[in-house]
Amino acid sequence: MELFLADEEATLQLGKSIAQQFSSGGVIFLNGDLGAGKTTFVRGFLMAFNYYGAVKSPTYTLVEPYHLASREIYHFDLYRLGDPEELEYAGCRDYFHSQALCLIEWPEKADGYLPKADLSLNLHYQDEGRLALY
Amino acid sequence: MLVLGIESSCDESAVALYDTKKGLLAHQLYSQVELHAEYGGVVPELASRDHIRKITPLIQGLLKEADLTLQQLDGIAYTAGPGLIGALMVGTCIGRSLALGLGIPAVAVHHMEGHLLAPMLETPQPQLPFIALLVSGGHTLLVEVKQIGEYKILGESLDDAAGEAFDKTAKMLGLGYPGGPAIAEKAKQGREGLYRFPRPMTNRPGVDFSFSGLKTFTLTTWQKSEQTEQDKADIALAFQTAVVDTLLIKCKRALKQTQCHNLVIAGGVGANTALREKLNTLDATVSFPRLEFCTDNGAMIAYAGSLRLAKGEHEEARITPKPRWPIADL
Repeated sequence: MELFLADEEATLQLGKSIAQQFSSGGVIFLNGDLGAGKTTFVRGFLMAFNYYGAVKSPTYTLVEPYHLASREIYHFDLYRLGDPEELEYAGCRDYFHSQALCLIEWPEKADGYLPKADLSLNLHYQDEGRLALY
Repeated sequence: MLVLGIESSCDESAVALYDTKKGLLAHQLYSQVELHAEYGGVVPELASRDHIRKITPLIQGLLKEADLTLQQLDGIAYTAGPGLIGALMVGTCIGRSLALGLGIPAVAVHHMEGHLLAPMLETPQPQLPFIALLVSGGHTLLVEVKQIGEYKILGESLDDAAGEAFDKTAKMLGLGYPGGPAIAEKAKQGREGLYRFPRPMTNRPGVDFSFSGLKTFTLTTWQKSEQTEQDKADIALAFQTAVVDTLLIKCKRALKQTQCHNLVIAGGVGANTALREKLNTLDATVSFPRLEFCTDNGAMIAYAGSLRLAKGEHEEARITPKPRWPIADL
């Protein structure tokens, strides 16, 4: 699929609509440069679960957990990983169980140590907006 | 009461000895910044493996410097959270185990309480109550410190921390890590008034922050420019000015809303000269603790822990790091 996202609102809406397609667990890869809208997408995704609070960047903490509507949602940012193997040392495997929804930014930093993605989203800069490919 | 403080929540392994009568006796730190510079940020598991290697020699060196022995300790304070689990585990394990072995009490310290109380290590101490602006790579928040142990979060970043915005912007502009000093240095050659960057969330009430949009705005501006060294400097300056102004506006609001007249700046971004100059224009007593007490350090943990231990608080002999630990829970 290819979708042009004119503004932040459009990215939020895409997150929201994709979230509605996941009735149980799943793994979503989020690809795109700094500032492409990956965290904005996650904010929209969480809105589908009626969460309108702060969505802190997990760059520093590696993962930010959300427990919403009896769902487990994990927002990863692997930007700072130096070696894919570090994910294993961090005990991240425990997060990837069948009921958990995992949204993973910078998945290529952990190549070979992540489960297969159910959906892979690419966000590119296009004019003033973004182009979403998934 | 002689207390050993241990800090290992992120990329610094730090230890200190604090005596409730004599004050700070010694403090030592091993920074992993150079190790992480290669990757442009903290590498969580590299951090924990490095803590394991550094923490015991650091404690030994610290005791030697102060001419004291483990047997003379009356208590141990360690950072139990919030932070990176692997890194926290190191300080928590060694702190709790040493206390058990020595038969002395140990107390889990909240990393942010350490930061909030770090200014109390300075003479003269800031007057309570005070407003603390904590700005670092992992945090941006304004806290009202009514008295020791009573903290109220007035506002915080809803997305990226200010230091993180500096780091990411520096990376986008091809400057070094850590981003704060790199941007400040480049901004010196910048020309004022060429760009007008947004001051996020200042046009609505409240003291929350958001720096993610500013990061994106900076990137877009950079991409549209000719990308010369001069453009880089101009954009670095515009970005820094926007962050500083935003922090200034929020501090002013926090002081007004609490009718408080004391402001304390903690966290690594507090080292930024432009920020210091602007905040000094506020109609308040503004204190900047020494930089070594602004960034992660062992002294603040030893100090915060000593206050709790002196009140008779201590933890059971159980190892429980808390990667997520809201400060309001204290």
